[in-house]
Amino acid sequence: MAKGMVIVDEDRCKGCGLCMTVCPAHILQLADGRFNAKGYWPIQVTDPPACTGCASCATICPDVVFTVYRQKRQPKPAAAPA
Amino acid sequence: MPKELLEGNAAIAEAAIRAGVEAYFGYPITPQTEVLEHFSERLPELGRVFLQAESEVAAINMVYGAACAGARVMTSSSSPGISLMQEGLSYIACSDVPVVVANIMRGGPGLGNVAPSQGDYFQAVKTTGHGDFHMIVLAPATVQEAIDLVMLAFDLAEKYRTIAMVVADGSLGQMMEPAELPPMRPLRPPKDRPAWALTGAKDRPPSIITSLFLDPEVLEDVNLRLQAKLKDIAAHEVRWKEHSTEDADLLLVAFGTVGRICQTVVRDARAKGIKVGLLRPVSLWPFPSARLNELARQVRGMLAVEMNAGQMVEDVRLAVEGRCPVRFYGRLGGIVPLADEILPELEKLDAELAGGKEGCHGNS
Amino acid sequence: MATVEIPADMELVYKRPESLTTAHTHYCPGCTHGVIHRLIAEVLDELGVRERTIGIAPVGCSVLAYYYFNVDMAEAAHGRAPAMATGIKRVSPDKVVFTYQGDGDLAAIGTAEIIQAANRGEMFTTIFVNNAIYGMTGGQMAPTTLPGQVTTSSPTGRDVETAGWPMRMAELIGILPGAAYVSRQAVLDIPGIRRTRKALKLAFQAQLAGLGFAMVEIISTCSTNWHMGPVEALEWAKEHMVAYYPLGDTKVSDGVRAMMEGK
Repeated sequence: MAKGMVIVDEDRCKGCGLCMTVCPAHILQLADGRFNAKGYWPIQVTDPPACTGCASCATICPDVVFTVYRQKRQPKPAAAPA
Repeated sequence: MPKELLEGNAAIAEAAIRAGVEAYFGYPITPQTEVLEHFSERLPELGRVFLQAESEVAAINMVYGAACAGARVMTSSSSPGISLMQEGLSYIACSDVPVVVANIMRGGPGLGNVAPSQGDYFQAVKTTGHGDFHMIVLAPATVQEAIDLVMLAFDLAEKYRTIAMVVADGSLGQMMEPAELPPMRPLRPPKDRPAWALTGAKDRPPSIITSLFLDPEVLEDVNLRLQAKLKDIAAHEVRWKEHSTEDADLLLVAFGTVGRICQTVVRDARAKGIKVGLLRPVSLWPFPSARLNELARQVRGMLAVEMNAGQMVEDVRLAVEGRCPVRFYGRLGGIVPLADEILPELEKLDAELAGGKEGCHGNS
Repeated sequence: MATVEIPADMELVYKRPESLTTAHTHYCPGCTHGVIHRLIAEVLDELGVRERTIGIAPVGCSVLAYYYFNVDMAEAAHGRAPAMATGIKRVSPDKVVFTYQGDGDLAAIGTAEIIQAANRGEMFTTIFVNNAIYGMTGGQMAPTTLPGQVTTSSPTGRDVETAGWPMRMAELIGILPGAAYVSRQAVLDIPGIRRTRKALKLAFQAQLAGLGFAMVEIISTCSTNWHMGPVEALEWAKEHMVAYYPLGDTKVSDGVRAMMEGK
C-alpha cells in the first residue's frame, strides 16, 4: 500500500529535473519523447506504490507541479483499561 | 480666515496641509528647503507622515508608493532635484495615481546657483521624464496665488489621477507677503482610500499598479488612454489672467514673478501712451493657446518675457500660428528682469511695428 | 488534468499556496525564483496575511512577479523598491509590505535605497535574490559576481582590481541598527529550502511584531546565464557561492531573539 501519492500537473512542468535529484524513492523520471503543452518532457511517477509522500519533490519544484498526499497518521491505540 | 504675513515656501506647505495632504517626502535643496522644514514641524504634530528622504530619487519613489496606496501625497524640490525626480515622475505618469509636486526654480543648468529662474519651463511642460505625457503645470505669481494653486493642484491631481506640478521661481519661495490660508479640510480616513489603490486584496482580486507593458499593442492602448486623459485636461483646465487687453494693440506674455513685474510694465507703458496688455498664463500646461491665437488677431505684436533663454516664447509662437510677430526678452543666471529694463524692449517693439498691424496673414 | 481518486486513508500534505496565483511563470526551467516565490507565498498563507499584503516587484527577471503573487502589487523603478515600500508602509502601517529584489536592483542601482530604508528601520521585509549575475538583461556582471567569474561584461572573468570585490549585502545591512533580522540562506537543497522558509517566516514576523527592517538574502542559481543545466547550477552554487557568501543570520536584534525564543 502506497504511503503517499503525488498528482503531477504536467502542463506546469518545465522538465528541469530538480525533483528527480531529491526523490528518496527514485521514482521520478522525465517522460521520454512525450511533450507537454510547453514543449518540455514533463515529469512522471514511474512507480506510484513506492511513493512515501515525503513532499521533497514539491519542496524543490519551482513550478508548483506537485500536489502531495500522504497516509493519515493512525491514532495511537487507547491505553488498555486498567 | 485673516491675512497673515507668510513666506512663499511655508505657505505652499501649509496650503498642502489645509488641502489634506497625508504624507510628504522630500530632500533639502535651496531655495525650497523651507517647504520641507515646515512640513517637518507640522505633519508630525498633526499625526501625518513626514520623512526626509536620502535623495530626491528616493523621495519621488516614496511619493509613488504612497500614491499607489491611495494617500494624498506631495513632494517639492528645485531644478537639479526635479531632474533627479524625472524617472519617478515618468513612472507615476504611466500609473494613473495622483501626485502633487512643487518646483521652486533656481539658476541652471547644472548646479547653477540659488537665485530665481524660470529655466525649467521646458522640463515641466514638455516632458514628464521619458515618454509621452504632460503634467498639469500651474504657475503662481504671488504667495496668495501659490496657496490657491496648491489647493487646486490636489483637486486636479485627484480628479484626473495625474501629476500636478506647481512651478515658482526662488523669489516667490523666499518672499514674504500678506496672504490668506484656507480652513483645514478634514483628512480622508484610510478606509476611504480610492477603490483603485493598493490596500490589500481582501474580498477582491489583487490590484496591480505597473508601468510595464511588454506587448507593443497593449502599450499603445495605454498611451492612447493617457492621451485621451490629457485631451480632457486640456479641454477643461486652461487658466490664465489678463490685464488691459480689451483695447491692447501690443501684448506682453509672461508667467510667475515676471508676469507680476509685467503688470508694472503695463502701467508704465500705458502712462506713455502705449496700448499694451498682459496675458499671464496660470496653467503652463495646458497652455492658453486658444486665447493667444485670438489676441494675435487683435495685436500688432507680442513680447514674451522670461527668466530663461526663451522657453515659453516657443509656445506663444506656436499658439499665434504666425499671425503676428513674437519677440523675446529674458535674463539668465538667476537675474530677475525689472520693469525698467523691460519697458525699453517694449518701446523698441512698438517702434518697430509702427504703422499698424502687419504680419504674415494680416487680417485685423 | 484528469480527476484522480484520492485514497480514503490519505490526506493532503502539500498544494499550491493561496498566495500564489495559478499563472505559469516565465522563469527558465529550474530557476530558483520559482522556489522562492513559493516559499514566500507559503509563509504569507501560514501567517494569514495575504489579504493585507502589498508586494513590490523589481526590475529584473522577476519584474513580472506581480502576475505570480496573489496579493496587491506595484512595480518599482530599478533599485527603488525600498523607497516605494517606505512610502506604502508609512501611509498604510497596518499592511504587510515586502520588496523582492535581485542583485542589480538591490546591490547596484539601489544600494542607497536599501541601506537607508534598513537604517531607518522601515517596517517592511526584503527578499534579496542573489545569483551572482544579471539575468534579465542577458548575463552581465553583478555586484555579487564572484572573482574570476565569466559574464558577458566580464568576458575574461571578474577582475577585482578594476571591478572591486563582490558585495556581501547581508553583512552590510546587518550592521545597521534599524535592521532587526537579516539572514543569508540558500535554496540549493531540501534542508536549505526548509531553512530559507524558516528565515522568511521570521523576517515577516519581525514586521508583524514591529521590530524593524528584515531582509533574507537567498543564494540562488541562474542556469541560463551560467550556461549550465538546472541541477548543475545548484551544484555550482553550492561549491562556489556558499564559500564566499556564508549562510546564517547576520543580524538578530534583541527583539527578534526574544520572539524566536518565545515561540
